[in-house]
Amino acid sequence: MSGAGDREAVFPTRQSLGIMKAKLKGAETGHNLLKRKSEALTKRFRDITRRIDEAKRKMGRVMQIASLSLAEVTYAVGGNIGYQIQESAKSARFRIRAKQENVSGVLLPAFESYLTEGNNDFAMTGLGKGGQQVQRCRETYARAVEALVELASLQTAFVILDEVIKVVNRRVNAIEHVIIPRTENTIKYINSELDELDREEFYRLKKVANKKQRDTAAADAEMKRKKEELAEEEENVAPEAEDSAGPTDLLAAADEEDVIF
Amino acid sequence: MASQADFRDRQFLAVIGDEDSVTGLLLAGIGHVTAPPDNQKNFLVVDAKTDNASIEAAFERFTTERKDIGIVLINQHIADRIRNRVDTYTQAFPTILEIPSKDHPYDPEKDSVLRRVRRLFGE
Repeated sequence: MSGAGDREAVFPTRQSLGIMKAKLKGAETGHNLLKRKSEALTKRFRDITRRIDEAKRKMGRVMQIASLSLAEVTYAVGGNIGYQIQESAKSARFRIRAKQENVSGVLLPAFESYLTEGNNDFAMTGLGKGGQQVQRCRETYARAVEALVELASLQTAFVILDEVIKVVNRRVNAIEHVIIPRTENTIKYINSELDELDREEFYRLKKVANKKQRDTAAADAEMKRKKEELAEEEENVAPEAEDSAGPTDLLAAADEEDVIF
Repeated sequence: MASQADFRDRQFLAVIGDEDSVTGLLLAGIGHVTAPPDNQKNFLVVDAKTDNASIEAAFERFTTERKDIGIVLINQHIADRIRNRVDTYTQAFPTILEIPSKDHPYDPEKDSVLRRVRRLFGE
């Protein structure tokens, strides 16, 4: 009965029954919505993981081409330019900007790369020789970095979506396995208590009705007895009264002397 | 979860890599040195002589201390040296991206994100 399963601490009244029913309905609606959200997110998530897989493979190829072009530069310049480049790097020309994308209420950031105008840290690189190779290498690497940025935004989306999906699923499960059974239990409890009260009330009414019936019967009996008594009394009194007070039957007068003319 | 607001001013990339990778990426124009007096570079060149502690320090600096970095690129063979740190890093910002290097071919099995992908799909 009421002890089975956990339930909310409410008084078993009709009002709280109404509240619980509304709550159950709300929980079911919420459960449906969240489930749908989770499905939408999961679909998106699968899409992203597939794209990550592809992008990672693409990255391997792009980076290979890029390092090949760097090797060309090293060959053309005829020495290692790494140190020179590291020293002359001052301000980033290639920057990223984050924008947001909304997927069923989840804000997913996406990186977008852009080039700032007008600063060139490597104007002097490859001035002596290999300038063309340096230029080509820069372009190749810029493309490679663009691919990397794309991959990075996919990966960020992956991490965030992963987290959000976990949270949503946890909520779905909480509603499905905790809140709904609990509310149902509470409703059951309230119903049983109300039934119990009903039965009690019915019994009480029956008792009252019984008592009333008994009282009426007693009263009836009393009245009847009284009536009978009265009647008896009347019967006892009546004959005398007839003698004295009854209307005299003129015709039936027995002991009247005959009148002789 | 990662706060949604703090990525707006993340506009740089950072690199931890061997000399060739760093050189190439710098040529693409991602190198940035913050204004004096601290003069922080957003790249670290790792060679055989660099010890793990300084790689970890740089990783820490790029991921937690600096708020203007959106993506951290790290060579996979270097990520292997601090694999534990990379694997336990779960924040969304900045994003850690493992890139292949010239001397070490890319191995998808080791990538922390791809491993998570695999685990999620139960392989």
